[in-house]
Amino acid sequence: MNLETIISILQNSWPMFLRGAYMTLAIAVISTIIGAFIGFFIGIMHTIPMKSLSLKTVLLKIGNFLLTCYVEIFRGTPMIVQAMVVFYGLYAYGIELNRFVAALVVVGLNTGAYMAEIVRGGIVSVDKGQYEAAQAIGMNHVQTMIYVVLPQVARNILPATGNQLIMNIKDSAVLSVISVAELFFQTKSVGGANFKYAESFLIASIMYLIMTFTATRLLRVMERRLDGPNAYKVDKESEGQIQ
Amino acid sequence: MTNVIEIKNLSKSFGSHEVLRDVNFSVKKGEVVCLIGSSGSGKSTLLRCVNLLETPSGGNIIYNGENILDSKHNVEQYRTHLGMVFQQFNLFNNLNVIDNCTVGQQKVLKRSKAEAIEKAMKYLEVVGMAQYKNAKPRQLSGGQKQRVAIARALAMDPDVMLFDEPTSALDPEMVGEVLKVMRMLASQGNTMLIVTHEMEFAREVADRIVFMDKGVIVEEGHPDQVLVNPQHERTKEFLKRTLKS
Ligand SMILES: Nc1ncnc2c1ncn2[C@@H]1O[C@H](COP(=O)(O)OP(=O)(O)O)[C@@H](O)[C@H]1O
Ligand SMILES: [Mg+2]
Repeated sequence: MNLETIISILQNSWPMFLRGAYMTLAIAVISTIIGAFIGFFIGIMHTIPMKSLSLKTVLLKIGNFLLTCYVEIFRGTPMIVQAMVVFYGLYAYGIELNRFVAALVVVGLNTGAYMAEIVRGGIVSVDKGQYEAAQAIGMNHVQTMIYVVLPQVARNILPATGNQLIMNIKDSAVLSVISVAELFFQTKSVGGANFKYAESFLIASIMYLIMTFTATRLLRVMERRLDGPNAYKVDKESEGQIQ
Repeated sequence: MTNVIEIKNLSKSFGSHEVLRDVNFSVKKGEVVCLIGSSGSGKSTLLRCVNLLETPSGGNIIYNGENILDSKHNVEQYRTHLGMVFQQFNLFNNLNVIDNCTVGQQKVLKRSKAEAIEKAMKYLEVVGMAQYKNAKPRQLSGGQKQRVAIARALAMDPDVMLFDEPTSALDPEMVGEVLKVMRMLASQGNTMLIVTHEMEFAREVADRIVFMDKGVIVEEGHPDQVLVNPQHERTKEFLKRTLKS
């Protein structure tokens, strides 16, 4: 393994690496967003207060049971197996999914299963006093969630969501089993053509590292943005003491 | 004067634990009522029953002549007529000071943004917090948070203000600033129902004092009567204990 070989691989095959990295990033980002939406949906469903027994609460219970099944299945099986089942399973029924779409479905559903628990935990951990204050000024449950609880949940689960994004950047490599042309798949092709597997995958690992490191930094910046400035501006014009 | 709120035969149990038993009392328009009693006697539960944060197990709550425990009654709408101030402030952590005071006006009362802001600023000025309108709750001291919480409640133009030990979670040096605001509100004719351990304050502002013990109202009347010349043994004991400490 030497530097010259690496440089020559890059010179010959950089478009493939770049396309692979682009695909990896697209899959990771889009499926994390899909997963976050699924997670919020399930987290909200699981925390709707059920006071009286009515048709609505029975339907809600059935719905929540099905959602729990989904969460357990996707958390309890390897993503590589999920990819095979989804892609070839649908194929057997004559549905040939675009490989990129299949990738989004698998990684998105997988992320959603994890995010569901994260969001539920986030909702439960919002102080009871926040709900009570919202109710006390006359908000109903939906208003309380939209204007008070969920914004706090979104902020609180941002680090965990960032973790999911980083996992997705790395774990999307398993999608090569259904021939999605992400970074791992592309690197295998490059290595297969030039027989320099070690060097090619060294390049790939550096690219993975750059993506995950950048994602981590960007999320930090986002967190700080959301928290706003540390100091507030005292508004001099409306300065005044208790009258 | 007319009763704004009338509580009739109210009871509340948590499981088999009976916390309120046959509570009867009312608050008249413009009246300041202080609710006193030892810890665990059911004062918070009573206040929380009044705005239905707890569902009463029995009895009636009459607001402006209407029974609001009637299943037809709109709970959210009823609550907009009551302003609640909590011991732990409970400002919305995700919103800054001004938004804390406008969100309810805009989303619940459907006021325009301009109107909501005007109202919010008016009451933030009343409590002396206007200059902090851009601050987030975590950047404020306890006393400042509580003053904003009072402004948030006032901005809804409630008929009655409910206070649940508004100064109990404050450092001693901040108690004064909150009591000062409350004194002012009391003197301006606001209808207030206040749970408090500040006896000096209660004596000064209350038109009526209600003493509770073990889930029942033991004694009520003018401050000079209840605090200076209590009729019941339990009231005397409570006052001896609190005034000593
Ligand atoms: N949610 C609840 N579940 C069970 N018991 C409760 C609950 N809230 C209050 N209690 C009980 O009710 C009694 C009265 O409480 P509270 O109204 O908070 O008293 P106070 O405000 O006068 O100190 C206490 O014994 C308390 O333990
Ligand atoms: Mg209490």
